[in-house]
Parts: sequence; structure tokens; C-alpha cells
Amino acid sequence: MDLNLSDEQRLLRESAERFVAESYDADHRRKMANDPLGFSPLVWKQFAELGWLALPIAEEFGGLGGGAVDVGILMEAFGRGLVSEPYVATVVLGAALIARCGTTEQKQASLPKVADGSLKLALAHSERAARFDLAKVAMVADKTAQGWRLSGSKIAVLDGHAADEIIVSAHVHDHRGPSGRIGLFLVPATTPSIAISDYQRLGGGRACNIELCDVHLPEDALLGDGSDALPAIEWAVDRAMAALGAEAVGIMQTLLDTTLEYTKIRKQFGRPLSANQVIRHRLADMAMQVDEARSMALRAALKADADPVERARAASGAKAKIGKCARFVGEQSIQLHGGMGVTEELEVGAYFKRLVAFDTLFGGSAHHYARHAELGRTKAPA
Amino acid sequence: MDLSFNAEERAFQDEVRGFIAKNLTEEMKRATALTPSVFSDPDIGMAWQRALHKQGWGAPGWPVEYGGPDWTPAQRWIFETECARAGVPNVNVMGVKMVGPVIIGFGSPEQKNFYLPRILSGEDYWCQGYSEPGSGSDLSSLKTRAVRDGDDYVINGTKIWTTHAHHANRMFALVRTSDGPRQQDGISFILIDMKTPGITTRPILTIGGDHEVNQVFFDDVRVPVANRVGEEGKGWTYGKYLLEFERGSGIASAKLREGLKAVADLAESDLTGRAIDSPDIAARISEVEIDIDALEMTELRVLSALQTGQNPGAVSSILKLRNSEIRQAVTRLGADVIGHDALAVEPMRPLYKLNHEPAIPEEMLTVMPEYLNGRAYTIFGGTSEIQRDIIAKMMLGI
Repeated sequence: MDLNLSDEQRLLRESAERFVAESYDADHRRKMANDPLGFSPLVWKQFAELGWLALPIAEEFGGLGGGAVDVGILMEAFGRGLVSEPYVATVVLGAALIARCGTTEQKQASLPKVADGSLKLALAHSERAARFDLAKVAMVADKTAQGWRLSGSKIAVLDGHAADEIIVSAHVHDHRGPSGRIGLFLVPATTPSIAISDYQRLGGGRACNIELCDVHLPEDALLGDGSDALPAIEWAVDRAMAALGAEAVGIMQTLLDTTLEYTKIRKQFGRPLSANQVIRHRLADMAMQVDEARSMALRAALKADADPVERARAASGAKAKIGKCARFVGEQSIQLHGGMGVTEELEVGAYFKRLVAFDTLFGGSAHHYARHAELGRTKAPA
Repeated sequence: MDLSFNAEERAFQDEVRGFIAKNLTEEMKRATALTPSVFSDPDIGMAWQRALHKQGWGAPGWPVEYGGPDWTPAQRWIFETECARAGVPNVNVMGVKMVGPVIIGFGSPEQKNFYLPRILSGEDYWCQGYSEPGSGSDLSSLKTRAVRDGDDYVINGTKIWTTHAHHANRMFALVRTSDGPRQQDGISFILIDMKTPGITTRPILTIGGDHEVNQVFFDDVRVPVANRVGEEGKGWTYGKYLLEFERGSGIASAKLREGLKAVADLAESDLTGRAIDSPDIAARISEVEIDIDALEMTELRVLSALQTGQNPGAVSSILKLRNSEIRQAVTRLGADVIGHDALAVEPMRPLYKLNHEPAIPEEMLTVMPEYLNGRAYTIFGGTSEIQRDIIAKMMLGI
């Protein structure tokens, strides 16, 4: 039992924090918010050079073989600066699904390119009617003589506009009809008859809805051997929730620091706001919730490779708890900044909106308390 | 980073489990499960202390030269966790975890030689004389006065919330020996034999129906000056040192988990008409379990920091606060789970020696007393409001 950072992890944290502090200031964030791409290709290139895109990819495919804890360290630093590069879409979701489901050829074709920054990915899984149920997929993939034909629509595809290839989930229909299996299909963004409508995502970055109408794909567009991909999707989303949880911790820490500073400077009734016990106690509660969130993000990362039930309960637990803490810390940060907190003139609102996006993504606290309960009580650890 | 235990730690875990299996009797286990107050009655608690002492585990936190077992923080974690899982009795923490460390830190060689072995063996049973009717959160305003008269102090005043004063043969107390410029000055830390003439004890019943705390009165009580720990007037420093032990022993999640498990078992039983089938109850059980997961992780993070010699600092206030709040959430959930049976609060004590058939099943007997008594968790050992003051000051610098 040891939860201390290794030397490599400490270095990773320091370099990520330094990079974010130096490259990500308020001006840069404002520019990115109004940028049609939503992030900087130059920064993406730097991510590649720093080895961050290669971090969780296996060494045999040009990666560094890091784990979920390492990704969490990076994500927490990203959160401090509200980084908007498509890291989760490409590395945490996309590359992970190819690594888990793909054939050796598919992995060889994609993963080294993700690691060197030349390939961006996205996962198109959510559908409006499914709400947060990962098992509910209406998109259909029909087997054809030449390969596959996909039809259906997806929503909230993170950074899909920037992806070179989109991984689309669909129910596989073979010559006997519905197979009951979900397949993952690699769809190049340039494929005709895909309609992508992208939008500026709440709290930074972009997302899109996509429509596929009789999109024809070759045989090898299907990832892997065609076995049901649902367990892999659940696994990848659990990892993404752990990573996003770590990012949320970084965001909350910045909000806490900023708000604490403000209450020391802002004077009313002839004294700083922080001289009031009601304010000090609110800040103590915020600090406590940031710390609880930090514990839960780390826990989810440490259990990212545990057996599916333990992993899923840790991920849902983290998502629910961090979501609750995030709302509290975010809303109280605005409250303690007074009227200015509600304006675009301060950055508190931008950080808050990213937290709201975090809480919403893949389901809010209520959904994850229910999922946690449904998965049953954990067995006593050995 | 690694959440799992190494081979050595697993071997230790087996050793602890073996010890518990051999020494924890069914009677002790049942009595502990049916104790709705914070502490076990001495007959149960001290029997366990004697078993621990025989094994050399009587005082896990003490240095080796005073009889501690020289455990790593991870071993302490394993020990506490296994004890909670098995449901062992609470020992007299006022001795082992409170006055013991103060005597070790600041006591004279004579005091160490006399008191420490008696704490280890369970021969002495200690109570804590801190709070007074007029001094709760503002503890250093205390007024119980010790006036020097030859080789004695003569003590007059009163202490309140004195847990198990009616069982204890010794008390450690903060008393005023002089009036300094600050109210923290002039306080001394003193060890009192409870059989000294002039001491009387009045029971205070808590709202759950338990007699656990008391008010103690001192009427010209003569205590030898040799019973003072450390320097005269420095008692506040020693007392605060002790409070850090009281708040931050830092391993509470395992007990909370057992408490929640008992509630969840009730919710899954026909005794409650399977309360868990209500989505609200099921989600609330998950919510509390997740809160316990978070607290456990924080405890493990502190533990890891301790292993490498880092100081966890004000995090002990976070641990105390969250432990007390989650404890209350667990007991409140229990009260909701048992439905109408919450109306039948058994007044007789101890619950493991009832001489009549209770109105509700035995599994439910502690639920309401624990909920009611449990309101005290956010009050004793420094109220939640005081803990927030400490967090704001120590962690945030405001």
C-alpha cells in the first residue's frame, strides 16, 4: 500500500503544471473559446513532443505504457488551466478502444499515429433516446457484400469536428438479422454522407452531433473480431470518467485558490470578506470537498483495471461524488465573488461551466448513485 | 502507486485475523454489537484490552520502549480495519490514545514508570476532565482551580461530559493554577485519583437512553503536586497535543463501513420489508458508501504521507469532520430503514443483558439509540464549527 507519487510521476506533474501555467493564460482561453477549432494545433504538437499523447499507449505501439493514475496526473494539471485540446476524445477514449478491441493491424495503423500527434480520434456512442444508458444503441450496421452500411444518429460526440477518424458504435445486423452485439466502426471523417453539426461545448472545447445515412464502409472498418463491444465501451467510459474527474479536481483547486484570494482582498464593511466566519466556513467546506474529490479521482484511477464490477462502482462513485463536489465548489465560487462572479469579465464562470459540463457528461450524480446501487455492494477486499 | 498490500502486510493481516479469531468471544462480539454508545462498558472493553496486552498489542501508537508494537502506519491501518470488521470492543481510549501519549511526551520518569504499564494492562481506567459547564468550545476559559498548598494542589470546580467517570479510577484534567495575560496561560495538566475525598459524580443520561457521560464535582480535593504532568501553566500545550490524537487517530472508515453494512443488511432483510427495494433507500446507501470510500482514500493518502515522514497537518480536522458527518448519515439511514420500529426505543441497559423480550427484533435495538446519541459526534472532540475554524486557519490561512 503506497499512494505516494513515484519520481517519474512527480516529474510528470511538475512539467504538466509548468506547461499549463506558462502556455494557458486567460487570453489564450478566450481566443480558444471563439476559435472554430476550439484548440491550438501548435499546443497539440507540443503535447506530442512532451510524450503526453503517447502516455497511456503500449510501448509496442510507440507509447510509454503509462496507466490511469499517470493520465489523472496530467488531467488534473489540464484542469488548472482549462485546457481544451481533444485529449480525452483522442487518447483516453479513442486510443483506448482501439487498443482494447482492435486487431494487431488496426492497432499498428492507429496507435503510433495517435502517439506522434498525427491522428485524432473521437467516440460517437451517445444517442438522444438512450440518455445515459451505455447499452442502448439504435444506430444499425448492416452487413453487406462489400462490408458495412451504417445508419443512425449520435449526439454529444466530444471533439468530433477535429477527429480524423470517428469510432461509431452500432448494433450489428448480419445476414440472419439483429445479432444482439454492439460493434465499433472506424469511420474516416472524410467519408461521404456523414453530416456533422458541431457546436461550442459548454465550458470549452467542441462537440458535435452526427447523422449517418447509408454510410458504406469496408469490411475492416469493424474494430476487432466482431464480438460484443459493450464491455469495452463501459471500460473506456469508466476510464474517461476517472480522467475527467481528475480534471475536475484541477478546475476546483483553481476555483478554490482564486476565491480564497478574492475573499482576502475584497473589503466590505471596512474589513476583508474572509474576516467573516460564515465566509471562512464556506471556504473550509470547499477545501474539504476538493480534497474528497481528489481522493475519489485517485481511487477511480487506481481501480481502472480492477474487475468490471469493482471498476465500475469506483468510477460511478467517483463520478457521483466529484460531480456533487464540483457543483458545490463551482456555485460557491460564484457566490463568494458576488455580482462579478456572474459575469464574463472574470474567469470564474468559465471554470464553473466546465464543471457543469463534467457533471453532465456520461450522466450526473443521480444516475451514478443509481448505477452504483444497481451494481450491488462490493465484496470485502481480500 | 499501489492500493494493495504487499506480502509482508498480508502476512500481518493474517496474524491479526488469527489473533481476533482466537480471542474475540461470541459474548464480546454480541455485547459490542449491542452497545449503542461510543464506548464499550469496561467489563467488555477491558477484557479485550487484556487480550491485546498479552499479545504485546496493548498500545499500537506508543513507542517501543514504552510497550508499543513498533507498527508501520500501514500495519496500524490493517489492525484497526480488521478490528472494525470483526466487531471487537472499544478499549479505554482515554488511557491508551489520550493520556498515554501525553505522559510519554511530557511526563516525569516516575509518572511513566507508574502509569504507562497500568494503562497497558488495563489495571487503570481513565476519564478526561476537560469541558466545564461554562467552557465548551471555548475550552481555555475553564475555571476549575487548583491552588498550591504545600506539596498538594487543592482543587475546586466542576467538569462535564466526563465519559465513563462512573467507571474510571483515574482522571486527567486541565485545571487553572494561575491567571495569565491570556486565558490559555496558567492552565496545568494534572492526574487525579478518582477515590480522592471531595470528588462526586453525577450521571447525565443522553437522548438515546445511555449513561455514558457525567458531571464531576471537586470540593477541596487534595492532589499531590507530583501528579502534575510537565510544567505548571503549560497544560494548554499538552492538552492541545492530546486533542490532535483524539481527532486524528485517522482510521475511522472501517468502522463506518461496518455500520453501513449493518444498516444495509437490515434494509435487505424481511424485518424491514426489504427497505432496499425503495430506489430512494438504495441510492442513499450508495451515497453514504461512496462518502466512506472517499474518507478511506483520504485516510490512506495521509497514511502514505506518514510512511514517508511527511506531516499531514490540518487534514486531521477534515478526517474528524467527515467521520462525524458520515457517522450521522449512517445512523439516520438506519433510523429510516427500520420504519415504524423507530418508535420503539428500548430504555433498558445494557442491551445485551435485557431481562425481558424487547418490542423489536434484536438487530434493530441499537438503531435509534445510535441515531439519537450520534448527534454528539459533531459536537465532541471539537464541534464541526470549531473544525471548520481550524481548517480555515491552518489550511487556508484565513
